[in-house]
Amino acid sequence: MGAFFQQLIDLGGPLLLGAGTTVAITLASLLVAIVLGLLLALIRLLGITPLNWIIAAYVEVFRNTPVLAQVFIIYFSLPYLGLSIDPFPAAVIGLGLNGGAVLCEIFRAGLNAIHHGQREAALAVGMTPWMSLRYIMLPQTWRITLPPLGNYAIALLKDTAVVSAIAAPEIMFWARNLVTSTFQTTFVYILAALLYFCLSFPLARLVERFERRQRAWQ
Amino acid sequence: MNNVLLRVEDLHKRFGDLEVLTGVNMTLDRGHKTAIIGPSGCGKSTMLRCINFMETPSAGHVFLDGELFGEKKSGDKYVRMSEKELATQRAHVGMVFQGFYLWPHLSARDNVAIGPMKVRGMDKREANELADAMLEKVHMSHKVDEYPERLSGGQQQRVAIARALAQQPKLMLFDEPTSALDPELIGEVLNVIHELANEGRSMVLVTHEIRFAREVADRVIFLHDGIVVEEGPPDRVIDNPEHERLRGFLRQIVEH
Ligand SMILES: Nc1ncnc2c1ncn2[C@@H]1O[C@H](COP(=O)(O)OP(=O)(O)OP(=O)(O)O)[C@@H](O)[C@H]1O
Ligand SMILES: [Mg+2]
Repeated sequence: MGAFFQQLIDLGGPLLLGAGTTVAITLASLLVAIVLGLLLALIRLLGITPLNWIIAAYVEVFRNTPVLAQVFIIYFSLPYLGLSIDPFPAAVIGLGLNGGAVLCEIFRAGLNAIHHGQREAALAVGMTPWMSLRYIMLPQTWRITLPPLGNYAIALLKDTAVVSAIAAPEIMFWARNLVTSTFQTTFVYILAALLYFCLSFPLARLVERFERRQRAWQ
Repeated sequence: MNNVLLRVEDLHKRFGDLEVLTGVNMTLDRGHKTAIIGPSGCGKSTMLRCINFMETPSAGHVFLDGELFGEKKSGDKYVRMSEKELATQRAHVGMVFQGFYLWPHLSARDNVAIGPMKVRGMDKREANELADAMLEKVHMSHKVDEYPERLSGGQQQRVAIARALAQQPKLMLFDEPTSALDPELIGEVLNVIHELANEGRSMVLVTHEIRFAREVADRVIFLHDGIVVEEGPPDRVIDNPEHERLRGFLRQIVEH
């Protein structure tokens, strides 16, 4: 029994360290993805045809290629352009760009779900287009998109596992290292999975609450 | 002092190949009420929306209180204002829509107060007091904290009227304010509009309620195929129409 706990501490320590990195990568990529996705969705609202094409192409490329390939390309290709990049920022940029494409569509759907009369009513009382966006459109978009946004965050948390492939020191990176040094394959991966579960499960419950609240609004 | 509040001059509006308005003129004196009637699709909403530049006219001009609305003259050319300048002018024109368009994330009070706060920079307490006063005017004092989804159509429209009143507008535009309402809810909204009319407000009102138009308006405009076919005081236009098309239109409405 004592040996078991000793092992748990030896393996759990590095994995917990990795969990910190996993959370950090998730939050940083989420921030990049939200800012980028919202910006792209708003630019698309302007209805400038060439810009719309560029954004649509970006969205399709990033949604239809594996995020692992995207992260590899950023990590291994940027140095050729003379930009050496660490695994952590490479992971955040890769996941952030990928998430920007996903969230652009989510925000666009949210904005389009609001009747155009809402915006007209805002202009009619003398609001500028910016005010109508800020006080009328965005607060409603936020409400509509919170559940899909939460689901995206959960998916992202688990997707961060792919960046172990560029040696970003997150949970799966540490798990693989521990397996090589201890050969405790099953135990290590179960522990790793458990850590993801502990992070993801509360988030999933939170999203469920958003969804319930949204149903109550409708 | 010039008593003309609104002047619409040779207004044209085209959507692609579709010519909706082909030279509409109207004048509204301060404190007066004009009703616009006409068959569905004849361009009533378009005309109203051109007055506050919700649609940009293809040609023609709008003058509010002696000032060119929505445009500026540079040399002998007219150019559209910036959105910011336009917003400043629109603040003087209240608009009530067929579909209410209350903002669902805000309570009745906030729906009314947010305009004065953001547009005129009123502080929250003052704006709330104004909102409560306007909601009282439309007999909605008992629902100030309610959200739009929990209000009936008639109540929503009354809040929307309060929202427009809070602009303290020079002119009110109503676009079929009761057309989306169940018959039993129409009366309460018409009553409110009637009370506002009695206060001496200036309004342009698009409506299918002919009897109401006759009671409230001092002038009626019959719009057909993008032009004003007949206009004048209600007892002439509604009770003694000259044009056959207007007679046909009125017969049709009475039958319903
Ligand atoms: N944004 C637009 N783009 C294209 N066509 C439009 C647009 N808005 C209105 N129209 C067309 O212009 C014509 C006049 O429309 P409008 O809404 O002004 O009519 P209306 O008199 O208000 O009719 P109703 O009594 O049904 O409300 C219609 O044929 C309509 O389809
Ligand atoms: Mg209409």
